[in-house]
Amino acid sequence: MSESLIVPTMAEMLAQGKQPEVLFWVGCAGSFDDRAKKITKAFVRILNRANVSFAVLGTEESCTGDPAKRAGNEFLFQMQAMMNIEVLNAYEAKKIVTACPHCFNTLKNEYPELGGKYEVVHHTEFLKSLLDDGRLTIEGGQFKGKRITFHDPCYLGRANNVYEAPRDLILKLDAELVEMKRSKANGLCCGAGGAQMFKDAEPGNKEINIERTEDALETKPEIIAAGCPFCNTMMTDGIKNKEKEADVKVMDIAELIANAQDL
Amino acid sequence: MDYLDNILFAILLGIGFGYFYSNVKKIIRNINLGGTIDRKDNAKQRWKNMAMIALGQSKMVKRPIAGSLHIVVYLGFIIINIELLEIIIDGLFGTHRIFAFLGSAYDVLIASFEILALLVLVAVFAFWIRRNIIKLKRFSSTDLNGSPKKDANYILYFEVVLMTLFLLMNASDLHLQNIPGGFSHFIKAGSFPISQFIEPLFNGMSNELVMLLTEIFWWLHITGILIFMNYLYFSKHLHIILAFPNTFFANLNPQGQFDNLESVTKEVKMMMDPNADPFAAVPVNETEAPIKFGASDVLDLNWVQLLNAYTCTECGRCTSSCPANITGKKLSPRKIMMDTRDRLEEVGRNIDANKGIFVPDNKSLLNDYITPEELWACTSCNACVEECPVSISPLSIIIDMRRYLVMEQSAAPMPINAMMSNIENNGAPWQYNQQDRLNWKNE
Repeated sequence: MSESLIVPTMAEMLAQGKQPEVLFWVGCAGSFDDRAKKITKAFVRILNRANVSFAVLGTEESCTGDPAKRAGNEFLFQMQAMMNIEVLNAYEAKKIVTACPHCFNTLKNEYPELGGKYEVVHHTEFLKSLLDDGRLTIEGGQFKGKRITFHDPCYLGRANNVYEAPRDLILKLDAELVEMKRSKANGLCCGAGGAQMFKDAEPGNKEINIERTEDALETKPEIIAAGCPFCNTMMTDGIKNKEKEADVKVMDIAELIANAQDL
Repeated sequence: MDYLDNILFAILLGIGFGYFYSNVKKIIRNINLGGTIDRKDNAKQRWKNMAMIALGQSKMVKRPIAGSLHIVVYLGFIIINIELLEIIIDGLFGTHRIFAFLGSAYDVLIASFEILALLVLVAVFAFWIRRNIIKLKRFSSTDLNGSPKKDANYILYFEVVLMTLFLLMNASDLHLQNIPGGFSHFIKAGSFPISQFIEPLFNGMSNELVMLLTEIFWWLHITGILIFMNYLYFSKHLHIILAFPNTFFANLNPQGQFDNLESVTKEVKMMMDPNADPFAAVPVNETEAPIKFGASDVLDLNWVQLLNAYTCTECGRCTSSCPANITGKKLSPRKIMMDTRDRLEEVGRNIDANKGIFVPDNKSLLNDYITPEELWACTSCNACVEECPVSISPLSIIIDMRRYLVMEQSAAPMPINAMMSNIENNGAPWQYNQQDRLNWKNE
C-alpha cells in the first residue's frame, strides 16, 4: 500500500512526446468523493501493476454533463460535452477507460454525435481484457470462497448491455457469485441515476436504495460488489441503514481485484 | 329476393370496415401531429425486431404465466381470422363452407379452430380471474381506475361471446350435417372435436329451428367481430395492430443514449464560437415558429412517442418494475403513456371540432395530466423500457418533459439547480474546485 501511485497526466505525456495506450477518465465522483477516490486509487494500482501506459486529464477534466442531461438541461450538457471534446481531441485521445458507468455511457453514446469519437470501455471490461491478454493475473486471495453478489449499474447493464465482464472478474477471484432475484436486465436501480443523486427523493414509502439493499441482503452475501461510484454510495448507505456494516462490505470490482493482489 | 341476405351482409361489411377505416385515418392523423424523427435506418434489424417481438412475442414470455396465456389468445386470434375469410366469402356469395373442397385439410383447419377457441376461453377465464379475483397488483393500481379497468374486462367478455358463438355455430351446423339424407345445403364438412359435445343441445328441436339458430349464430358472430374491430379504436386493444409498427419503429440505439437536441447544438456552437459577435442580433426567421425546448404538450413529442401512446396495452409491466413506483412514489410509466394518449385524443377531438385546426384549450399534457412530481421521481434506469413487451419508451417522454421544465421554465427542484450551477462553475456537480481534481493522487 505504501508504494506511491504513478499517475501521469495527458499534458505530461504530450510534453514527453508520448501517447498513452489509454486515457483514464476519472470522473467527478472518482476525483472528489472520498469513497470513490478509493476506487480510483485501486484501479490505478492495478494499472501500475500491469504496466499499462495510461494518463489522466487531471485538472483539464470536467464533468461529462451526464447529470445535467438526465435532469433535462441539454444546454449545460452540450457545453460540457463540447469543452471536453475539444480537450480530448486536442490530445488525440483514442481509447478511454472509466470506472463510472455514467461517464462511460455519455462518452460512449452521446459524445460521438457532437464530434467526440473514441473507443470507450468500462473499467471492468478493461480489466477483463488485461486478464484475457495475460497482462494481469489474479488469484482468489482473501476472497476465495466468499459469497459475493453483484449489483448491476443501470447505465452499465441495461443501458449498454455489459453484464458479463464484472461477473467474470468476480469468478476469477474464486469467489461464490450469488445472484439477486432482480439482476442483469431485470436489475433494480440503486436510486441515484437520472440526477437523483443530487436531490431528495419524491415522497414515497421507502427509499430506493433500501429496497435494493434488501434484494442484496436476501442473498446473504459477505460482499456486495458494485461497478459504479454512485451505486457504491447508495448500497453503502443501505447497509448502514440496516446496521449490517460489520457483516457486509460494499466494494467496487477494482477494489476487489486490488485487494486480492495486496496492491 | 334471394339476394337480400347477401346485400344486407355487404352493407354490414361496408359499415363495419368503413367506420374502421375512418378511425384508422384519424389515428394516423393524430400520430402525425408529432414531430419528425428518423426511424427508417437499419431496416433489416427493424424487420427482425418486429418478427421477434411482435410476431414472435419474445418479450411476453419473460413473465411465463401471462406470456403463455397471451400466446394462446394471440394464436387463437390469428388463426380464427382465417375462418373470417370463409365467413366473408360465404356471406357475400351465399355459399356455405366454401373451403370445404379442401377435404381432410379442411377438417384439420376447423378442428384446430375449435381447439383454439376452447383454449382461448380457458385463457380468457384465467385473465379474468387475475384481474377480478386475485387482483394482481399491476391490475388493481389506481392508474386503471374507471374506464381502463372496464375496457380490460369488456375485451375479455367480447372474446367469450365470440368464441362461444363460433362453437355454437359449428355445433348447430354439425347437427344439420348429421341429418340422414342431408338437410338443405348443410354438406358434411369439417371436424368438430369441441362442438360435437354441444351438438346434443339441439336434439329434439325441429330442423327449421336449428337452421334458424345457425343463421342467428352466424350473423351474431360476424357482427360481433365487426363491432369488436371497431371497438379497438376506443380501447387498449389497439395494440393487436399497432404492436407491429411500434416494434418496427422502436429505438435501436443503446438504451442509455439520449438524443442530442440539434436545436441546442446550434445555439451552443454559436455561444462557444470565439469569432461570433456577442451583441449581434440573432437572425430571425419569421416563417419559423420559435423553437421550444423539450415537451409540455403532445404536439411537442415526436410521432414515435405518440405511436407508443396508442400502442400501450396498459399491462403495467413497466410500472411494476419501476424503482420509483415500487417504493411508493407517484411516478407510473404506464400512466405517462395513458396520459399521453388521453391528451392526444383530446387534441384530436379539438381538431375535429374546429375544422382541422387545433384551437388552444388552455390545457397541456404537463400539469393537467402529468405533474412535475411524477417526472422528477424518474431515475432514468430504463427498467420500464426493458420491460415493455412492445418496445415503448416512457422514459423518452419523461426526459423531454424534464427538458421543458428545466430549459423553458427553469423549474427544476432547488438541489438540481445547485448541482447544475456547480457543473457550470466548477466542472463538477459538487462544489469543488476544478484545480483540485487530481488531489487524490497524493492523499
